[in-house]
Amino acid sequence: MEIRTLTILGGTNKNKEKEDLTLTCSPGDIICVVGPTGSGKSRFLSDIEALAQGDTVSGRRVLVNGMVPDMAAEGAFGQKIVAQLSQQMNFVMDLAVEDFLKLHAEARLVPDADVMVRTILAAANDLAGEKFTGKVSVTQLSGGQSRALMIADTALLSPSPVVLIDEIENAGINRRRAIELLVKKEKISFIATHDPVLALMGTRRIFFRDGGIAGIIVPDDAERESAVCVQQVDDRWVQWRETIRNGNLLHIAQRK
Amino acid sequence: MKLITVAGPPSSGKTSVILHMIAAFRSQGISTGVVKFDCLSPDDTEIYEKASVPVATGLSGGLCPDHFFIANIEECVEWGKKSGFALLITESAGLCCRCSPHIRGVTGICVVDVLSGVNTPRKIGPMLRLADVVVITKGDVVSQAEREVFAFRTSRSNPKAAIVMMNGLTGQGIAGLMRHLSDVPQVETVKDAVLRFAMPAALCSYCLGETRIGRTFQIGNVRRMDFPKSDKVSRNEN
Repeated sequence: MEIRTLTILGGTNKNKEKEDLTLTCSPGDIICVVGPTGSGKSRFLSDIEALAQGDTVSGRRVLVNGMVPDMAAEGAFGQKIVAQLSQQMNFVMDLAVEDFLKLHAEARLVPDADVMVRTILAAANDLAGEKFTGKVSVTQLSGGQSRALMIADTALLSPSPVVLIDEIENAGINRRRAIELLVKKEKISFIATHDPVLALMGTRRIFFRDGGIAGIIVPDDAERESAVCVQQVDDRWVQWRETIRNGNLLHIAQRK
Repeated sequence: MKLITVAGPPSSGKTSVILHMIAAFRSQGISTGVVKFDCLSPDDTEIYEKASVPVATGLSGGLCPDHFFIANIEECVEWGKKSGFALLITESAGLCCRCSPHIRGVTGICVVDVLSGVNTPRKIGPMLRLADVVVITKGDVVSQAEREVFAFRTSRSNPKAAIVMMNGLTGQGIAGLMRHLSDVPQVETVKDAVLRFAMPAALCSYCLGETRIGRTFQIGNVRRMDFPKSDKVSRNEN
């Protein structure tokens, strides 16, 4: 599925005020979606998933390559423009990881499924905090491992050029590597998050209020430098967690 | 009046999907009624009444639900027309996987849920294979990979169908479904209309209330199973 641009034309918010904007995204773009709970983030992602044409509550419209997408082709043979990943999604098939990936590869008509399975497994392990093999059942993976596998599988094997990620911050995966993978596979990614580390990784950030887009922020140099500070704090946070998890006392306060 | 037949396995989300369809049709000014076919209990009728949807219920009781459906569909259409609906939706559960209420010239929807397993699109027969639209529900709780495998296998079973992913709880996906329902044909009567696939046959002593087991009690359309030859069956004898 060839996609050069995805364009979102504004609709209206809960107060029926117009969102006066056009958001055009290209492959490799990471759009972070932020705002308080109930501010309209999920509805926005839902509009993209549905490729809304003014026929949803918000009245937004989504164009692919500047045109109304071919709705008849959408969904045929499991090929949708938009793939989705959220906190409440789980693996329900009782299969070993490699058999699971093979099944997906077969459905995608991949010529050499075994190579694909190895590639995804390696990528998933690269993202996961705790390593896992292809022999373990997908239902036995930890939260972080299953998120890592879902992201790697969606990035490498899903045909969808657009990926929606809804609040996966608590999963314990390497967020930077996950973003790098999505960029490398030229996905257009929308990431709804309350996590500052993740929110600052986007190429752009849209913020929501009253059920509508309240503005688009493009990070400037000062914010990019600030993002490094936030990352450092996060790294320290991870160290503290490891200290505690490994059965040590945490001594970080300055004592007299 | 327009007519849509909705079928699908029990608990796949038919009623939820239909309620979202009705809300969307209502916002277009299209008045809609429902005929709900059930076997034993009319629980879902209350759900429709709560949503102020005019509903008629058909309980098939001791009869094959599919045969009961098709024997009553003409009267359903008459009821819908008399009630002044612009659209009538029938809901029936495909209990035996061989059921198929879809009628030629009438828009047919099959609702299946992704939690039922990836082999389901192959297991469900003409109800899915001959539907115009297949709605896949409960995709919000499984992985992208599982959704793709399920959708792929669905389109393998029915290459002509439009496939729509929908969340029956939130209604996400309803816009996609409605796009495939913009040109539902008018149906003035289903008299002389033809089923897309023959109903499963049932004509034996058990149809008439026989409860005893044994060849002596079996009359009519009875077929025997084939078993593997006994010497080919591995024996677990110690």
